[in-house]
Amino acid sequence: MVENRPGLTFFCHALLIVSVIVVAFPLYIAFIASTHTAERMFELPLPLLPGSEAWENYSTVLLHGVAGASTAPVSHMMFNSLVVALTVTIGKISISILSAFAIVYFRFPLKNFFFWMIFITLMLPVEVRILPTYKVIADLGLLDTYAGLTIPLIASATATFLFRQFFMTIPDELMEAARIDGASALRFFWDVVLPLSKTNIAALFVILFIYGWNQYLWPLLVTTQEDMYTVVIGIKRMIPGGDASVDWNLVMATAMLALAPPALVVLLMQRWFVKGLVDTEK
Amino acid sequence: MEKRTQFPVGWLPYALVAPQLAITIVFFVWPAGQALWQSLLVQDAFGTHTEFVWFENFDVLFADETYIESFKVTAKFSALVAGFGLSISLVLAACCDHVLRGAKAYQTLIIWPYAVAPAIAAVIWAFMFNPTVGILAHGMQLLGYDWNHLLNSGQAMTLVVVSALFKLIPYDFLFFLAGLQSIPKSLIEAAAIDGAGPIRRFFTIAFPLLSPTSFFLLVVNLVYAFFDTFAIIDAATAGGPARSTTILVYKVFHDGFRGMDLGGSAAQSVILMAIVISLTVVQFRFIERKVQY
Repeated sequence: MVENRPGLTFFCHALLIVSVIVVAFPLYIAFIASTHTAERMFELPLPLLPGSEAWENYSTVLLHGVAGASTAPVSHMMFNSLVVALTVTIGKISISILSAFAIVYFRFPLKNFFFWMIFITLMLPVEVRILPTYKVIADLGLLDTYAGLTIPLIASATATFLFRQFFMTIPDELMEAARIDGASALRFFWDVVLPLSKTNIAALFVILFIYGWNQYLWPLLVTTQEDMYTVVIGIKRMIPGGDASVDWNLVMATAMLALAPPALVVLLMQRWFVKGLVDTEK
Repeated sequence: MEKRTQFPVGWLPYALVAPQLAITIVFFVWPAGQALWQSLLVQDAFGTHTEFVWFENFDVLFADETYIESFKVTAKFSALVAGFGLSISLVLAACCDHVLRGAKAYQTLIIWPYAVAPAIAAVIWAFMFNPTVGILAHGMQLLGYDWNHLLNSGQAMTLVVVSALFKLIPYDFLFFLAGLQSIPKSLIEAAAIDGAGPIRRFFTIAFPLLSPTSFFLLVVNLVYAFFDTFAIIDAATAGGPARSTTILVYKVFHDGFRGMDLGGSAAQSVILMAIVISLTVVQFRFIERKVQY
């Protein structure tokens, strides 16, 4: 701040407060809806304050799912989401840190070819090649399995790039010293590179966990059995075509449960989240 | 760029890149090749007979009015999303950069929606705009405006744009804020001493210096609007009413999985790949050159 302008400062605060409220409003409405009975949703005036059915609604969706919609209990779908999110996150980080290490610390034939092949994957989101990828999974017999849900999402160039950029900044002297001391490549990786990468791994973890948890198109294609649904696609199945028979209170309770884990990760690990977001797009 | 010393080469580097390569080949290179090949074939309804037809699928596609329509919908959708996303988040970031007290708290409270899955955001917004139970639709009815996004295509477009912005604004906001905070204070102070007010300083100093960030975000926003909004469209409107929110990725999915038109869907995939690749090339070109005055 270079000068005092109370008017402008007041205007900025006002605008920020309004936008914070606008952003929080959907969450509030979803929460309110999740604490009322299904009938209350259709009565005027529409509910604006919490009702008394919160316990009832949340335990219903967690233990039994939504009646009429063919979905598993939400607790089971959240378990599926957790498995997918963690597998994708850990898988992505491990395979890309290894390949980045190979690309930076070794000079071997075909290295550039491999690098470019990984680079190309960055360009092609699942959305543009859904049908052939689906066919590959079907041919391998991986429909309705955790492997089919996660493995195609594991390959991505972003994490490889990030680790490559970071390894480039590690001083060469560390590696030379390690070699003089007789350390093998794997030992150098384990004792020097991995500890140095901790912050990058934490930042990537946050971003990739959100990415994995929020996947939509791929689980939608690969799962046909309700006990394999993740919670994000499960919620879509609770809303059939017409809107007459939707239990909005239960749908909103599910929505609250589905958005809680990634939102908590962002709030609790905000520092890593910001770093991860800014880094992965460099 | 390479390290000046390297480890001796044996089988190890190959073993290290093997898992990444295997997944890349099986799930990326192979399907992409399949899509390319498939786009040149026509298959009959029972899948018993395929014929190589060169570019006929593409000819059919561009003669198809619904496809051209989908292009227009996508253009309109992505222009709205990128335009509103960039301008709203720039204003918010400038405000957040200006205030001293509470800046961190504002940041936290603005960025959390990034964590919300697009499909969930779409379901919640669709609920609030629902003509019978939605609080926003009800509010508009009280003001005398009739809202029904299940029938009105303009309103359906508004719904998907709002849902898309919900996740995009936190992202743009963070990047603009980081850009604003990296502008040297001495520049701002010098301008202030010369008598430039805050608005003028913003347009003559901050705005030009933010041009690389803005350009980068423009490309990212376009990619987001083109590809990552599938979940929003599917959960909020399912492409309707009357295909008014059927963007290109939704059409690929719809024609391939519902319509079972393999060749046509593959041709659409190829066109989308071309769009992604050109956007990425543009992005890299300009980031290298750093847009700046």
